[in-house]
Amino acid sequence: MDVEILSRIQFAFTVMFHYLYVPLTMGLGVVLVIMEAMWLKTGSPKYHNMARYWTRVFGLTFAIGVATGIVLEFEFGTNWAAYSRFVGDIFGSALAAEGIFAFFLESGFLAILLFGWNKVGPKLHFFATCMVCLGAHFSAVWIVIANSWMQTPAGFRIEYRGEIMPPGFVPTADQILHSRAVIEDFWAMIFNPSAMERLSHVIVGCWQAGAFLVISISAFYLLRGRHLEFARTSMKVALIFAAVASLLQLATGAKSADGVTRNQPAKLAAMEGVFSTQSNAPMAIFGWLDMEKEEVVGLQIPGMLSILVGGSTNTVVTGLDAFPKEDWPPVQAVFQFYHIMIAIGMALIGIAWFGMFLWWRGWLFNTSNPIVRAYYWILVLSVLGPQIANQTGWFTAEMGRQPWIVYGLMRTSQGLSEVVAASHVLASLIMFTFIYALLFAVFLYLLTRKIQRGPDDEEESEAMPASWVALMERRKGQARAAG
Amino acid sequence: MDLNTVWFILVGVLLTGYAMLDGFDLGVGALHLFVKKDEDRRVFLNAIGPVWDGNEVWLVTGGGALFAAFPVAYATVFSGFYLAFMALLCGLIFRAVAIEFRSKEKWGWWRQMWDVGFALGSIGSSFLIGVAMGNILQGIELDARGNYIGGFLALLNPYAILLGLTTIALFAMHGSIYLVMKTEGALQVRLKRWVNRTIGIFLFFYIILNVATLVYAPHILEILRARPWLLAVFALNVLVVMNIPRQNHKGNEFAAFLSSCGAMVLLMALFGLTVYPNMVLSMPNPENSLTIYNAASTAKTHMIMLIMAIIGIPIVLAYTVSVYFIFRGKVKLTEHSY
Ligand code: HDD
Ligand code: HEM
Ligand code: HEM
Repeated sequence: MDVEILSRIQFAFTVMFHYLYVPLTMGLGVVLVIMEAMWLKTGSPKYHNMARYWTRVFGLTFAIGVATGIVLEFEFGTNWAAYSRFVGDIFGSALAAEGIFAFFLESGFLAILLFGWNKVGPKLHFFATCMVCLGAHFSAVWIVIANSWMQTPAGFRIEYRGEIMPPGFVPTADQILHSRAVIEDFWAMIFNPSAMERLSHVIVGCWQAGAFLVISISAFYLLRGRHLEFARTSMKVALIFAAVASLLQLATGAKSADGVTRNQPAKLAAMEGVFSTQSNAPMAIFGWLDMEKEEVVGLQIPGMLSILVGGSTNTVVTGLDAFPKEDWPPVQAVFQFYHIMIAIGMALIGIAWFGMFLWWRGWLFNTSNPIVRAYYWILVLSVLGPQIANQTGWFTAEMGRQPWIVYGLMRTSQGLSEVVAASHVLASLIMFTFIYALLFAVFLYLLTRKIQRGPDDEEESEAMPASWVALMERRKGQARAAG
Repeated sequence: MDLNTVWFILVGVLLTGYAMLDGFDLGVGALHLFVKKDEDRRVFLNAIGPVWDGNEVWLVTGGGALFAAFPVAYATVFSGFYLAFMALLCGLIFRAVAIEFRSKEKWGWWRQMWDVGFALGSIGSSFLIGVAMGNILQGIELDARGNYIGGFLALLNPYAILLGLTTIALFAMHGSIYLVMKTEGALQVRLKRWVNRTIGIFLFFYIILNVATLVYAPHILEILRARPWLLAVFALNVLVVMNIPRQNHKGNEFAAFLSSCGAMVLLMALFGLTVYPNMVLSMPNPENSLTIYNAASTAKTHMIMLIMAIIGIPIVLAYTVSVYFIFRGKVKLTEHSY
C-alpha cells in the first residue's frame, strides 16, 4: 500500500476513535448542566447524586477524548505536510483559536467540575460545569469551521510563487507546491457557505449521543429494577432532551443536504446515487448501486429528490455524469453511509417520541407491560444509534469530499508529506491500532463496571461540604413554606 | 518589532508555559516508580490530578499557534520527525489515560500496569521533547523546499540524546520540587532529599551538555560571539537553579517552586534567543534554513491571531491562576481522588 492510502486510513481511524468520545462529552456536558441546575433549584439530593454519577462517566470519556485529540492535532503536520503548508494561513488559525478559546476553558474548569465538589460552593461549581460544557461546544465550533472550510473554501486567495492570483484561480498539479491559500476575508472564511449548517448538525448529533447514553443506562436499571428513583428521573430528563434533539437533527440535516446540493453537487449525486442529470429525480429509501449499469436497485420514491431540492418534480438534479470520473467520490460507500445515517435518524425520532407518548399516557414506567419491556430493550440498545449515525455521517461528508482534500483546489494525493515513507505510516498505524484497541477495551470494561455498581442511592451518600448542606436545608425550608 | 518576531515570541511563550507547567507533571511521572507504597503513588497522581490536562493544553495551543503562524516550520518539523512524534504521541496517550484508569481497580497488577505506563509515558515524552530541541539547536538537513531529508536515525545523534537526558533530569527536578510543595510528613522529608539529588543530576547533565555544544554545535559559539549578553542569561539561570536548594533548605516550598519555574523560563528563553531568527536551522546547507520570515503565514493572519491572543490570553491566565489557587495546599486523598 502506498503512503496516500495508509495516511488516509490512519487519519480516518484516529479521528473516528476521537469521535466516539467527543459526542459523549458534549452531550453529557449538557445533561450535567441540566441536572445541576435542577439540583440548585430543588435542593433534592436525588439530583445531586445524579450529577455526581454522570460526572464520573463524563470524566472517563473526557480523558480518552483528550488523549486521542492530541494525535489529530499533530497529524496534519506529520502526515499531511504539503496540505499544512498550503492551508496554514487559514486552517491553522482556526486550530489555534480552538486552543485559546476552547481547550483552556474546558480543561481549566474541568478541574473544578471533577475535583471541586468539596472545594467550592455549589453556585461556583455549577458555573464551572457550564463553562466545561461551553468549552466543549467551542471546540466543536472551531474544528467544524476548519473542516467546513475544507469542504467549501471561502474568504481566501491563492498565492502562487509569492504573487496573489485573481479570484477563481485553481493551481495545477505543477503549481500546487508553490502555491498556498492566503486569507482575504476573515469573516467570510469563518462563515464559509457550509459552516453554520454543519456546525448545528454536528452539535445536535452530539446531544443525541449524550441523551441516548443516559436513556440507555436508565432503561437498563429500570428493567433490572435497580436504582428506580434515580433511573426514572434520569430517564425523564434525557427523554425530553432526546426528543427535542432528534427533531432538531432532522431539520439541521435537511439544511445540510440543501447546502451540499448547492456547494458540492458531486457529493450530493453520490449521496443520492444520481448517475445521470435529470428532472423528476427519485429518492432512494435504501438500495444498492449497480456500478456497471449505473443505476440504483432498491426502494425509491419517484420525483422526491427533485421536490426536496427545488420544490417541484421539474427541478433538474445534477448527476455524476456532469463530472469527469476522476472527480467522483467513492459513490457506493457515500451512498450507503448516507442512507444508514438517515435511517438511524428517523429511527431515533420514532424511539424518542414513542417514549414521550408512553409518558403522556402514564405508561412509561409500567415495566411489567410486555410492550413497554420490549421498548426498554430497544432503549438499552439505542445508545448505539447516535454513535453509528455520527460516524457514518462523517464518512458521508469526508468521503463525499474526495478526491479533494480542499474541495476543488487541492487533491488528497497532493496534500501528503513528501518525506514520510509508507513503512513509517504503516508502523504508526499498527501502533495506533494496538493502543486504541487497548483503550477501547479498558473503556468498555470501566463503563460496564460503573453501570453495574450504579449510583449511590442513599441521601447525601458522599460527604457534602457544609455550604452545600446549608443550601439544601434552605431549599427544603422554602419548599415546606410554599407547600 | 515586526509581527513575525511577535509571533516567534508568542509561540515561545506558549511552549515555555508548556515546559514550565507540564514539565512538573512529566517530572512527577518520571519519579512515580521510585515510591513503592500505593498511597504515596496516589498522592503523586493527585498532586497533578486537577491541573495536568490544563497544562497539556499549552502544548496543543503551542502546536496550533505554530501551525497558524509558521505553517512551513510546522509541516517540516512534524513530517520530518515523523517516527519520533508518533512515539511522543504514544507516550502522551499512555500518560493521560493511566492517570484516569489507574485507581479505578484495586488489583495490584492493574495498578502496577498503569503505574508503569504513566512513568514510561512521562519519561519517554520528556526524552523525545529534548531530542527534538537538540536537533533544532544543532540543525537538521533540509532540502531547497524545506523538507527534512536526514532520515530517522540521524535524529538520534549523541547531542540530541544528551539533551533528551538533560530534559528528563530537568523535569524530574521540577517535579520533585512541585511534590515537596504538595506533600507533608514523612513523604515530604523524603522528597526534600530527592530535590537535592535531582538538582545534582540535572547540573551534571547540563554541564556535559554545554561542553558538548562546543563540539557538536559549533555554530552556537558564533552566535554567542555575536550575542554576548546570552552569557548573562546563562549566569542568571545558574543562580536561579542554585537558589532552589537554598529555599528548599529554609522550608520555603513555594519560593523553591517559583525558582524552579524561573529556571525553566530562563532555559527556554536561552533556547529561543539562540535560535532566533531561525525556526529550523538547516545543517549542512544553512541557506535552506526556515526562518521566521520564509516559514511564516501572511501578515494578515498574524494580525488576526494577535487580536485573538490579546483577547484570549488574559482570560486564560485569569482562570489558570484561579484553578491553581483553588487547588493550592497539600494533597488530601478523598473518595473522588484518583
Ligand atoms: C446523531 C447523529 C446524526 C443523525 C441522527 C443524523 N446526522 Fe447527518 N451528520 C451527522 C450526524 C447525524 C454528523 C456526524 O454530525 C455529520 C458529519 C459531518 C457533518 O457536518 O455532520 C452529518 C452529516 C450530514 C450531511 C452531510 C453534510 C456535509 O457533507 O457537509 C447531511 C446531508 C446530513 N448529515 C443529513 C442528515 C439527515 C437528513 C438526517 C435525518 C435525520 C441526519 N443527517 C441524521
Ligand atoms: C480532526 C480534527 C480534530 C482535531 C485536530 C482535534 C483536536 C483535539 C485536541 C488536541 C483535543 C485535546 C484538548 C485538550 O488537551 O484538552 C481535543 C479534545 C476535544 N475535541 Fe477534538 N479534534 C478534532 C475533531 C473534533 C471534532 C469533530 C469535535 C466535535 C465536533 C471535537 C471536539 C472535541 C472536544 C469536545 C474535546 C474535549 C475533550 C473530550 O471531549 O474528550 N474534536 N480535540
Ligand atoms: C470527528 C469526526 C470525523 C470523522 C469520523 C472523519 C472521517 C474521515 C474519514 C473517513 C476520512 C478519510 C476519507 C477518505 O480518505 O476517503 C477523513 C479524512 C480527513 N479528514 Fe476527517 N473526519 C472527521 C472530522 C474531521 C475534521 C474536524 C477535520 C478537520 C478539521 C478533518 C480533516 C480531515 C483530513 C485532513 C483528512 C485527510 C485527507 C483526506 O482523506 O481527505 N476531519 N476523515
